[in-house]
Amino acid sequence: MRNYLKYAVVLILVVALLALGGISCSSGGGGGATPTPAATPYKVGALFAYSGGNQPLGQPERDTVNMMVKQINDAGGINGHPLDVIMYDTASDTATAVTMANKLIEEGVVAIIGPTSTGESMAVKPIANQAGVTLISCAAGSVIVKPVGNYTWVFNTPQLDYVAIQRLYTYLQEQNITKIALLTDTAGFGAAGRTWLVNTDMLTKYGLTIVPDGDQKYGSSDVDMQAQLTKINGTAAQAIVCWGTNPGPAIIARNMRTLGMTIPLLCSHGIAFKSFIDSAGTAANGVIFCAGKLPIVDQLPATDPQKALLEQYKTDFEAEYGIGSANTFGGHAYDALNMVVDALKAVGPDKAKIRDYIENNIVNWPGTGGVYNMSPQNHNGLPSDPKQAMILVKIVNGKWTWLQD
Amino acid sequence: MSSAQFVQYLVAGITSGSVYALVGLGFTIIYAVTKIINFAQGEFVMLGGLLSFTLIHSAGIPLVPALILSILIAAAVGAAMYLLAIRPAKKASVVSLIIITIGAAIFIRGIAGQELTKDFVITPSFSGEQSISFLGAHIDPQALWIIGIMVAVTIIVHLFLTYTMVGKALKACAINPVASSLVGVNPKTMALIAFVMAAALGAIGGVVLAPLTPMSYQSGIMLGLKGFVAAAIGGFKSPVAAVFGGLLLGIVENFVVAANWGPFTSSYKDAVALVVLLLILLVRSGKLAEEERAG
Repeated sequence: MRNYLKYAVVLILVVALLALGGISCSSGGGGGATPTPAATPYKVGALFAYSGGNQPLGQPERDTVNMMVKQINDAGGINGHPLDVIMYDTASDTATAVTMANKLIEEGVVAIIGPTSTGESMAVKPIANQAGVTLISCAAGSVIVKPVGNYTWVFNTPQLDYVAIQRLYTYLQEQNITKIALLTDTAGFGAAGRTWLVNTDMLTKYGLTIVPDGDQKYGSSDVDMQAQLTKINGTAAQAIVCWGTNPGPAIIARNMRTLGMTIPLLCSHGIAFKSFIDSAGTAANGVIFCAGKLPIVDQLPATDPQKALLEQYKTDFEAEYGIGSANTFGGHAYDALNMVVDALKAVGPDKAKIRDYIENNIVNWPGTGGVYNMSPQNHNGLPSDPKQAMILVKIVNGKWTWLQD
Repeated sequence: MSSAQFVQYLVAGITSGSVYALVGLGFTIIYAVTKIINFAQGEFVMLGGLLSFTLIHSAGIPLVPALILSILIAAAVGAAMYLLAIRPAKKASVVSLIIITIGAAIFIRGIAGQELTKDFVITPSFSGEQSISFLGAHIDPQALWIIGIMVAVTIIVHLFLTYTMVGKALKACAINPVASSLVGVNPKTMALIAFVMAAALGAIGGVVLAPLTPMSYQSGIMLGLKGFVAAAIGGFKSPVAAVFGGLLLGIVENFVVAANWGPFTSSYKDAVALVVLLLILLVRSGKLAEEERAG
């Protein structure tokens, strides 16, 4: 008898935990909605990785959408219709992303924002396209939208990976650096970036060569990169370009300090988190990365077309989730949902009209990622000139500083 | 490869290897007493790291008490895991018990992610961050702490098992549970002690590693795997063998990167552990079968 009791207690605990998890999962739907009985809600789908490996990116995306839904509905919704965002966790898993995308389509959403990563986006792309539902991905892989081809329903908001790489290469060229070493994550984002980093045309264009033994890699869960750095230390490399997200680059910065390496470390926009500075400590100083303007919004001139919007996003987000919490990843979701909201305002819940609106009417449209100009050929909408598309940030005394060049 | 580079690779290998060794020690102790391979072993490393961060930054406890408290809490989690998950399944086969440990690992990971932090966190170094030069190589002072504490812990565990009554009882239980229970050693109590020890050893690894590398609630998976390989190299027999297994694995991993030859490049650094594991299984499978027959 006592045994049964014990199992019952365990069972209750498990059920309670699952219930808690369920509540936190579904909190996206219509948070803070004040529905007017007459107007039917506009249903928009969202897929983000708020657990698993991409959680550091997916969580600010989810938080951003929750905040926006609350703001929009508190202000009376879209043309009087409450906004209902149905949001699911992809758990950083492509199979889950596909399941959830199908579920959203069955539930009758008029558009989907997300998923978080390039891998998940590529898996969901054909599903949304076939169903005739606009998909605005929050992942930076250029493969998602370049070329548009038959995938006329697919867009994305982040600065594309190869534009980001050209931004760093432009800087290296200006610094008269010709010999570089690479240190890339073997998983998704790092591997996709590496294919562009080692692209011969790209290297030739910026007068760069990768030194022998200079194409090093590391595993996402690796705790120490001293061996790779020791290898690079023995080469003629004048700078290291690192492509990966937390925690790899922070470990690399720390290991470089330990080894006494003084050549510059350049990183992707994947380190545009406060937690990079927290993890790397003083070793973060001097690290340069390319990013959107959000990290240095306080240093932007008042004339910048994005300044007001970026400041508002940052203030609103940090009021809700704490100082220093706003980052460019949440910004990608902010831009994606705003595009859908603008379309809904203009054309209502008509799937085809929403797609047409985003393709043709998102012009000179300032977002957190930049000023968007969508067109039938360009479903990313950001400038292809790297210097216009992205800025460089240098970490000085533990603070993000605009590196104007 | 210059001699300075050689020393650098060696030191980096010994540092990672020391953490694998501490995890491997835990695997070996639990296996010896209960024949269970505890796949939650890596989670205790993660708990050590995340608990020390939470206690220092959120609770504002000074470094040394925070480290000790983290190890004690992790040990308590180890005890709870044994009492709530392993002991109630008393008649289950060893394979079922191993599966239970995988479940416990997922549970601990989930709770840590929910309750402690979802971020990558790093704790303050024990003695500054200025690296030390040694034979042309540069060493983070924390690496010396890791190596030193691993050596000290190994010696303490060895002395404990050899010279104390409880330690001898653990060994007796490992050699023959039936005979030892006849002379008054309770195998259940011994199993509890083994789980507490293993959890504490893992947590020690975590608290010394956390100042060197950022950790998250998911850090335990790979560290657990590496610790398992360390214990497997040692044949799951003696704790000291597990320590050498860990050091060997750490050193081999780093020299694979150094070689950068043919398939041996940095892309496969993490795969080294798995290759080593496969080799062990191939070499030892005959011997293991013999032992199985001998009972």
